[in-house]
Amino acid sequence: MTERLDLPDIDWRGVSRKYVFVEVGGLVIFGLVVAAATSIPTILTGIQWLAAIPISLGIIFIINIMLTPRRVRAIGYMLRDDDLVFRRGLMFRRVVAVPYGRMQLVDINRGPLDRAVGLSELKFVTAAASTGVVIPGLPEQDAEELRDTLVALAESRRAGL
Amino acid sequence: MSELNENEQESGHAPAPEQAPTPEHAPTPENAATQENAASAEMLSALPTSARRLADGEWHRLHPATPLLRGGIALLAIIGVIIVNARDFFLEMFFGGDNGFEPFVRLANEGFLIPVILAVLAVLLLSIAGFYFSWRMHTFRITDELVEVRSGILFRTNRRGRLDRIQGINISRPIFARLFGAARLEVNVAGQDANVELAYLGSRGADELRVAILQLASGTRTADATGATGSDAASGGDQTVGLIEKRVNELLAPELDPHAVAPESIVRIRIPRLIGSLVLSEATVMAILVAIGIIVAISVSGEIFWLLAFLPGVLGFVGYLFSRLTRSLRYSISSTDDGIRIGFGLLSTSNETLPPGRIHAVEVSQPLMWRPAGWWEIKINTASQASNSAQSAAKKTLMPVGDLEDVHRVLQLILPSLADAESRALLEAGLSASAHDDAFVTSPKRARALRWFSWRRNGFAMISDAVALRKGAIWRSLVLVPQARLQSVSMDEGPLLRRMGLAELRMHTVAGPISATIGALDRSDVIEFFNEVSRSAVQSASVDTSHRWRSQNGATEATE
Repeated sequence: MTERLDLPDIDWRGVSRKYVFVEVGGLVIFGLVVAAATSIPTILTGIQWLAAIPISLGIIFIINIMLTPRRVRAIGYMLRDDDLVFRRGLMFRRVVAVPYGRMQLVDINRGPLDRAVGLSELKFVTAAASTGVVIPGLPEQDAEELRDTLVALAESRRAGL
Repeated sequence: MSELNENEQESGHAPAPEQAPTPEHAPTPENAATQENAASAEMLSALPTSARRLADGEWHRLHPATPLLRGGIALLAIIGVIIVNARDFFLEMFFGGDNGFEPFVRLANEGFLIPVILAVLAVLLLSIAGFYFSWRMHTFRITDELVEVRSGILFRTNRRGRLDRIQGINISRPIFARLFGAARLEVNVAGQDANVELAYLGSRGADELRVAILQLASGTRTADATGATGSDAASGGDQTVGLIEKRVNELLAPELDPHAVAPESIVRIRIPRLIGSLVLSEATVMAILVAIGIIVAISVSGEIFWLLAFLPGVLGFVGYLFSRLTRSLRYSISSTDDGIRIGFGLLSTSNETLPPGRIHAVEVSQPLMWRPAGWWEIKINTASQASNSAQSAAKKTLMPVGDLEDVHRVLQLILPSLADAESRALLEAGLSASAHDDAFVTSPKRARALRWFSWRRNGFAMISDAVALRKGAIWRSLVLVPQARLQSVSMDEGPLLRRMGLAELRMHTVAGPISATIGALDRSDVIEFFNEVSRSAVQSASVDTSHRWRSQNGATEATE
């Protein structure tokens, strides 16, 4: 295995382990819906080989679900002195650094699965749409604290557009 | 028309409580409200008197010809068509020659003529009343903090833009508006279609207002009074000139108000270069290929209808050429105290002012066929977007065509920190053909599979306080992102890049035609540069004061 894109000497803060359930739950539901939809042709026509579509999709989903714990472990963020660094992705690794002063707003979202295990998702929005920093799987308390911290930091380092 | 010409302040209009002329202040965290009030009075009184006329914090109306220019002309045309038809009908009615197929005749025969005429008249009166009232209800004001527009009869709209968030001011004069001596002033703030539009103003009023808005936005506390006397004298002289002569003068006058502008445009597009740039564009090649395709198709199949199939393409091509042509004709770019001013257009003109620090990314690019001529194009990303595609395309192209010297001059203008000799050398390396060992960190040899021709060129460097990304061997381009405007930076890696030990680097800027992304670079180089950029971007942003571009010099000068 070759090494991955990463920042040296950064003490990443991971997200809650419970986020694995959210991810897996979402994948299972989505996988079932997709499998059901793609098996309609087989059931209606009775052609055997059409069943390959839902089966192969199902295998992809199962591999994906098995990789979920590692993918969740790969998510990390850290508040540095002047910027927020965020990392995610196993296959498609992405590392972003956003200066606090660039913050336009912070969103906290809770999906139904998130709410079931008491997690929140924090979204850091800048003037650039491509920044895309979304930290999932934060316990509600932590997410709100992080939001307040970020807002305070942004206020103290306010920069123009 | 001449008396009504300029936007007169409405008299006898009792201000309702919510429209009290005292400027309202959005509470700013930096300044206490009392300070702001004192400062605002000072700022307003410091403006030249002519400019203060419209920017005095009171509500003003737009140019009286506005209803006509905003759709009234279409109404007139419809009325004209109806009248022409009706005239034929009445002539026939009184002089015989009955024609049973005429719509009016059929209506008359069935007894509906009078109701229809009444209905048409009612619609006419209603729309005239509508136009009149929408003009009356359309008011604007400029305080030292914001520009505010109220409009609409039934559905009232109230739009406010903060002056310190201005991304650009655009004065455009469509040909019809020019005939009436009117101009459209657009104040752009950041965001999709986030502009405060004042359409239409008197031509001179628009110029004065631009000066005033820029001055208020720049954070100047003490304005120079020299500009005021000059423009007052000019406006005094205008009174004696007749109306026709005044219009002609306005049509022929240079776009730029003389006392606010360094008169010379730093780039000139001469007609041969303009035509050459159009002929040598990719669109022309496509058009020629399509034309060959049509000819082949017709000669093989013998059917003429193939021509119809390509009609949309032909129309698109003509439209493209036309839009490029209009924004290159009489093109000018010059430096003013309040930023860069870009003007273009022959009959319908447009003139945009970009205050300093409003350009988020710059791309200097060269289509393949321009290379023998050594021409380049410059595009920019700005925070204000127009959903109208033609308008936004014009806005995003800073320089339609120019040679290397022009490129350097324009870059110096928009990124003044790149003016020193060292940066110039780096820029030249960024634009040159095949640079091998220069300051740019380029792709390693193993990236050849991903960048067949350009792996030697594909690279990045830090030029002064801007990030430079050099890309492409066939379509050469150099992307510059000033770090003070950089929103965030990321590095990305997919499975393929990971196997090859490569990574991709992305500079995130506001949306626009330029994506500052560079791929297929060595992973450790990317990580190093990522760290460098994320550190120095914070530094650059914290020392950047361009949103109040005059206050740092102006204020200190004034106190001394």
